[in-house]
Amino acid sequence: MKSILTILILIIMSSTINLNAQHIQKELNYEFNALEPHIDAKTMEVHYSKHHAGYIAKLNKAIEGTEYSEYDLMTLQKLISEKTPAAIRNNGGGSWNHEFFWDILTPTKGMKPSKKLNDAIIRDFGSFDSFKSEFKNAALGQFGSGWAWLIIQDGKLKVVSTPNQDNPLMEFAKEKGTPILAIDVWEHAYYLKYQNLRGDYIEAFFNVVNWDKVSEYYEKAIK
Amino acid sequence: MFTLPELPYKQNALEPYIKEETVKFHYTKHHNGYVNKLNNLVEGTDFANSTLEEIIKNAEGGIFNNGAQVWNHTFYWEGFSPKGGGTPVGEIAKAINNSFGSFDDFKEKFSNAAATLFGSGWAWLVVNKQGKLEIVQASNAGNPIRDGLKPLLTCDVWEHAYYLDYQNLRPDYIKNFWEIIDWVKINERLINA
Repeated sequence: MKSILTILILIIMSSTINLNAQHIQKELNYEFNALEPHIDAKTMEVHYSKHHAGYIAKLNKAIEGTEYSEYDLMTLQKLISEKTPAAIRNNGGGSWNHEFFWDILTPTKGMKPSKKLNDAIIRDFGSFDSFKSEFKNAALGQFGSGWAWLIIQDGKLKVVSTPNQDNPLMEFAKEKGTPILAIDVWEHAYYLKYQNLRGDYIEAFFNVVNWDKVSEYYEKAIK
Repeated sequence: MFTLPELPYKQNALEPYIKEETVKFHYTKHHNGYVNKLNNLVEGTDFANSTLEEIIKNAEGGIFNNGAQVWNHTFYWEGFSPKGGGTPVGEIAKAINNSFGSFDDFKEKFSNAAATLFGSGWAWLVVNKQGKLEIVQASNAGNPIRDGLKPLLTCDVWEHAYYLDYQNLRPDYIKNFWEIIDWVKINERLINA
């Protein structure tokens, strides 16, 4: 009887903790200067420790005591609808998008898409170069702040873009899907090094893509 | 052909509030870039002989974005003076007090609008259809002329307007923005409105 009670108390306690879940910023897998010269250390530092950290802090404040506080970041994205308060939509998106972005970057040189992902790129875009040019155009064409994405939609790869901190997981996204690659085209992502030359930043980005990770996301998503 | 208007002061004239390098990129790259893109886009269209105001009212997509951005930036630059700052003068001072209670209340409300505009865009002080002053936010290239409002003052909160100087600290940029406002110019705009 006593042990059942203890278990019950533990369940209640853990669910309470869960209800008040605070999101914690994950550590970067590399140093701020690791992506030099393509992405400079100062940009990485401000981007990670000010912008991204700021989104997480504001998200934690915005979800406190709401139904949105019960979920991990990825699940939260899928629950964000047009009715979601702007502070949760914007900071929730900002929290997840950046976490995802850091994860698909790497200082390791020479990575390539896996055979499976490469086959899919050729199947859906014709060639890697056509994919790259479509992705670059989406990133260049996102007027104002936003993101360009490579997503899986109905089993196929597709390039899309979203404004501000929206993403393809959100309920209202015009093009929904599972992201496997992303580029941040808010000016804060490149302005200190590239200023108005967003195109140069996008070219440089391709030197630091973690294709092992992107391939892993692809293979996981099509299973 | 649309052309890039001259800056009414030197590129270093707004130091230390807006640094020369920021003005240089902002004016010669961004502002000029919008002019060039607009000229390319309107070629052979009905908008080739339009005014920027007509484009702002009627165009969509790239023509609207680039046309409005040309107008917005010209209006932004012309609202500054190296001898600016201080408190409003003349009619604009009265109008601000009438609409917002005091200059400090207005400053706080306008600063808040500029600080909380999420993403890229502009904060505007406008004359509304009832002739009263109002503060509005607009995303990206948004311009209040499209909604029948008359702009008096604007603050560019695209990150390119302040990132080299202030990085993530947009509120610091907004705080310093007040030091270079040309209230004589803003007053003229009100009188003409």
